[in-house]
Amino acid sequence: MTPLPLQSEPTAPPEPAAGDGRRVVQARDLTLTFQTADGPVYALSNIDLDIEQGDFVSFIGPSGCGKTTLLRAIADLEHLSGGTLTVNGVSPHQARLNRDYGYVFQAPALYPWRSIERNVTLPLEIMGVPRAERRERARTYLDLVNLAGFEKKFPWQLSGGMQQRASIARALCFDPALLLMDEPFGALDEIVRDHLNEQLLQLWSKTGKTVVFVTHSIPEAVFLSTKIVVMSPRPGRIIDVIPTDFPRDRNLDMRETPAFLEVAHRVREGLRAGHSYDD
Amino acid sequence: MTTDALAAPGSRPGWLSRLFAGRGGPIAVVVLAILTLWYAGAVYLNAPGMIDAFEREKRAWSTAELIEGTWSQDRPLLPAPHQVLVEMKKTILDKPITSKRSLVFHAWVTLSSTLLGFAIGTGLGIVLAVGIVHVRTLEKSLMPWIISSQTIPILAIAPMVVVVLGAIGLRGLVPKAIISTYLCFFPVTIGMVKGLRSPDLLQMDLMRTYNASRWQTFWKLRWPSSLPFLFTSLKVAVAISLVGAIVGELPTGAQAGLGARLLAGSYYGQTIQIWSALLTAAALAAAMVGLVGLTERFVLRRMGARP
Repeated sequence: MTPLPLQSEPTAPPEPAAGDGRRVVQARDLTLTFQTADGPVYALSNIDLDIEQGDFVSFIGPSGCGKTTLLRAIADLEHLSGGTLTVNGVSPHQARLNRDYGYVFQAPALYPWRSIERNVTLPLEIMGVPRAERRERARTYLDLVNLAGFEKKFPWQLSGGMQQRASIARALCFDPALLLMDEPFGALDEIVRDHLNEQLLQLWSKTGKTVVFVTHSIPEAVFLSTKIVVMSPRPGRIIDVIPTDFPRDRNLDMRETPAFLEVAHRVREGLRAGHSYDD
Repeated sequence: MTTDALAAPGSRPGWLSRLFAGRGGPIAVVVLAILTLWYAGAVYLNAPGMIDAFEREKRAWSTAELIEGTWSQDRPLLPAPHQVLVEMKKTILDKPITSKRSLVFHAWVTLSSTLLGFAIGTGLGIVLAVGIVHVRTLEKSLMPWIISSQTIPILAIAPMVVVVLGAIGLRGLVPKAIISTYLCFFPVTIGMVKGLRSPDLLQMDLMRTYNASRWQTFWKLRWPSSLPFLFTSLKVAVAISLVGAIVGELPTGAQAGLGARLLAGSYYGQTIQIWSALLTAAALAAAMVGLVGLTERFVLRRMGARP
């Protein structure tokens, strides 16, 4: 993989802002190729995608299908090789400079020398928010992820699930309209994951944020999303985009309903069509 | 210096609990073994001289007398431990510290240039590491010089430093401190380059998503990540800084300092004086490494390290 340069140039000419201003992410014919010692790796090819404000969009697919790369491209952590991509109507680079999104990584990536509160307020410190307001916001968002009372603890004193919740609070505390989540619950056990899925849904309906969520779990994708993007590897591409029309307040029991299973089935069909189950 | 002092940064129980958790025993055994070997060595090395002395006096001697004699010579090849301790008591506790014969006075002379050199060396080491981590050209151009600087024997460089600095009017403390600096910046640079690069990819990406400046990334991520590496380096640095100061006193005919005591002792065959200066230097090094260790524990505890 080519190393990431510290500063990147705007990758695409900023397209005119999407018509109604409610389009948060727009990709047209996006390709992304990594130059490696063994030749080029086609991580993404011909991606067309629209994400509307308030959407909860999941990218699902087997490992190597480019779902994380696509998310990183939206976050301006990877360079496009071709096509256009706009985030909030501007280039991903500009969106990153504007601090338009909050990013949640696969691991909590908390800084071990900072208390939970100071981890959550790290982005605020960088953005120059005054101390009193930082504390206030930390309290608000730790409350929101049910971590009130853990302000003074250090990361190692928290369980994996609690650490990931703290990292979600950190991504939310500067109130970005867009939340990018890269398999945030992938390392957690299923019981904790179910619980956090419910909490995430509540949080989403409370805050009205746009969420882009990478996962490799079909139930998780169907349970959370308003729109499921099924992807397939070699080269990474979009096989199917499946809208779901479940109500916003869902609970875990929903996963046994026929409607839920039908969507899950369609996701599986998409994955099969993309040869995701081949050897 | 013990290997313990060089151990990787991490969590260890407090020294009190360690002492009572059965580490006092092994230490006592080692001390006992060293003392036994030392006394035996004193007998072995000093016996020929003692026998000569007996024969010059034309008197008969028993084994017990011989052994006792080897442990109480004035200028033994290898003084017995108690002889060194008596000398240390005499020169540390019994002399006023202003006296030229007080080891405390000499130790302070050496310690002051050690600390000055250590401070400069640490600063220089950190500055070099910061440059190397941030500027690719600096890494390519500086790193080979930094490494080859340490292949030159310090004994060869020390007289040059003293002579050159003497010519521009710098004498006493500063040249010795510079020699300390020369030795001790190296572990700091190497440790800090590693430490400043220790943040993982996610931690760095996080800063990128906040559009943090290099300066912010440095102070909020790289610097705190590097502190455990810094303290490990400082333990090595402070000990070799003392070596540098002592070596700096050797070629200059310095009148004061532990190095001067070593040199004077060897001129006049005062082995007991040499050994007491050596032991004092060792104790000084142990104390400084211990102090760095305590600071490390305090700082890292405040940074949320597991107790």
